Amino acid sequence: MFPFSFEWIWDMSHMVFHGGLWYALSIIGLGMTYCILKSVVDTVQGKGGDGHH
Amino acid sequence: MKKAQEHTAPKKYGMVIDLDKCTGCGACMAACMAENNVPFREDETDKNLSITWLRVYKLTNGKKFPNADVCYLPRPCMHCEGHHGHSPCVSVCPATATDYSYDTGIVSQIYTRCFGCRYCMAACPYHVRYFNWWDPVWPEGMEKMLSPNVSVRTRGVVEKCSFCFHRYQIAMEKVRYEGRAELAEDEYQTACTQACPANAITFGDLNNHDHAVYKLKTHPDAFRLLERLGTNPKVYYISSREWVRRQGDNYLENEGKVVAKAH
Amino acid sequence: MDTALIPEGRKRCPLWQFVLFIAVVGAVLLWGVYAMILCWLKGLNQTNMNNAYGFALWIWADLAVIALGGGAFFSGFLKYIIGKDELKNLINYAVIIGFICYSSALLILAIDIGQPLRGWFIFWHANVHSMLTEVAFCLSCYFAVLTIEFIPLILENRQIDKVRFFHNLSHNMHHIMAVFAATGAFLSFFHQGSLGGVAGVLFARPFGFREGVLIWPWTFFLFTWSAAACGPCFTILITKITEKVTRKKLVKDNVIELLAKISGWMLLTYIVAKIIDTWYWAVVTAPEAGFTMMDFYSNNPLYGLWILFLEIVLGGIVPALILITPAGRKNKATLLLATVLAVIGVCVNRWVMVLQVLAVPVMPFESWFMYAPSWQEVATTILPLAYGAILIAIAHRYLPIFPQEPELNPVEQQAG
Ligand code: SF4
Ligand code: SF4
Repeated sequence: MFPFSFEWIWDMSHMVFHGGLWYALSIIGLGMTYCILKSVVDTVQGKGGDGHH
Repeated sequence: MKKAQEHTAPKKYGMVIDLDKCTGCGACMAACMAENNVPFREDETDKNLSITWLRVYKLTNGKKFPNADVCYLPRPCMHCEGHHGHSPCVSVCPATATDYSYDTGIVSQIYTRCFGCRYCMAACPYHVRYFNWWDPVWPEGMEKMLSPNVSVRTRGVVEKCSFCFHRYQIAMEKVRYEGRAELAEDEYQTACTQACPANAITFGDLNNHDHAVYKLKTHPDAFRLLERLGTNPKVYYISSREWVRRQGDNYLENEGKVVAKAH
Repeated sequence: MDTALIPEGRKRCPLWQFVLFIAVVGAVLLWGVYAMILCWLKGLNQTNMNNAYGFALWIWADLAVIALGGGAFFSGFLKYIIGKDELKNLINYAVIIGFICYSSALLILAIDIGQPLRGWFIFWHANVHSMLTEVAFCLSCYFAVLTIEFIPLILENRQIDKVRFFHNLSHNMHHIMAVFAATGAFLSFFHQGSLGGVAGVLFARPFGFREGVLIWPWTFFLFTWSAAACGPCFTILITKITEKVTRKKLVKDNVIELLAKISGWMLLTYIVAKIIDTWYWAVVTAPEAGFTMMDFYSNNPLYGLWILFLEIVLGGIVPALILITPAGRKNKATLLLATVLAVIGVCVNRWVMVLQVLAVPVMPFESWFMYAPSWQEVATTILPLAYGAILIAIAHRYLPIFPQEPELNPVEQQAG
């Protein structure tokens, strides 16, 4: 899974497979980070629910 | 990993089994079980649950007396080479727990890495791979008789014939220690080969002109099991009987006489 | 008692009824959990699998629930990428059903492996050439996506939504949901496909093996296609069952009919491709290995041509024809029939691609291998159904899953 595990080879299949994988993981990770950070900022700024949604 | 080993010319270990000589005595099976610490259970009625790295099959020609004929066929792991090492089982293992060695042509099984998904069992058409449905239990005192050269397996992993790879390792250690370049033919032999009272099994390097298997594999009556599937096995069989050769693979009705392919 | 948790403007059954339902289904769940614990503690000798059947009921269940859960990715794809906006009225439920299917699949896999504690080896020591590796990675990633899609729904619960942070989080997640849905569709394409590849690449198993392009056998594409076709049918079927159980209309007919129509065309094109694939396999691929097609469908107590008929004609052509005709999908009975048949069809396909592959004798001197599951296998396979029913019951009671529900079922007097 990582370049330091001994069965890792820098060949086409590893690059394509892990390229796709890490691409997807980054989108998921960055997307969630963005949502959480933005929500924290929004909340601090007093936006959002006032308890009487 | 491979770099650490001293590099000699790539070998391709294989077997030629003469089915005309095999009497079906099962000595090879017993030798294999003992050599490789293969676990067994009290009740072995259900053969689909037994572990037999080498299994002797009984083939019949399906005819009535006086034409009835039987043949016994010992089946170890074929150590399939597939297409450039793309053996059916090695290519599917998700955890790289089974590997094709380009140095020896042996398909290894790494018990400590196998997590028991059994995909390799689905891939192998020879039923060579066995799952440890139970933890091994040895009869009282027998644990002292186990071979120290072969690790025992735990419940939940797959195991199979290794061509007694530990014997290769021990022999190679000696070769290196003595500063020789090559292993002699008789320095590495599998347990089943040595146990066979009929001398039906011949083992050696299929790439090496000096080894007996090199010539035997080109015998006009030599064939391999399920060759048409592209598994490229390294175990050859010899039989002078056409019906036996024909049972070595699947043929459509209109396909003619089986001419053994020489390699 | 729990009215404060129930979404506003929606009517729910009395609490005792709800609790009774959970208790009854919970008993089934516990039975499954007991069997699961047995398998973990005592090992896979609790099953009826053997050395000829390394893959059996569980792997089938896995493949089947993942195909049925395909409704989530495909309706997400239709809504967020193709822009079929009506589907917003069904997408929440599709996500929940998908979440249940995928979590069940992961659970079953965790029971199925011989050394569950080594399960992470599949990631750590990944062999990128194995279809199962691709399945494991994409499945886990997609499950993460489904969880992300499910979270904003949970946050919409009346009480949770009062917390400002959660309200904002739900809002922000909705905002970029298209990105997650696109990632989900990408991942789904690959793992649905690689599940098809699992049997398709087995070149030494003539019943499963298929040729293909590059590293992907034809089954790769057929599996993705059939999941996209039959997954939505399952979503419709479960929606209809939910409407029956709750005695309420939850989604307007035009929404259901739109999904049914797309599903019908997907199914029709899929089944044409499947027929071509089967034909090519029967006349070219299998004979090359020395088999005639009838070798796979005779000399055994179970597998005959009937199974091919059930899969392709009854479970493929018939539902496809019903769903593509406006009259067929407008009529409640035929719509229901078509979704049931499509679900059966895809499940039979997954069954033969797992179990029949192993049943067929490959060495000429062997005979067919037959298998019947043990009660532990059955119980652990029913477990996800019970878990799914409970999760749906809870989600439906406390979350505003169906946007059209208040409009379709106006509450006469405001609660309280
Ligand atoms: S005989 Fe089976 S286990 Fe041995 S190498 Fe071939 S496919 Fe693998
Ligand atoms: S059972 Fe073990 S060796 Fe076989 S495919 Fe799975 S992890 Fe690999």
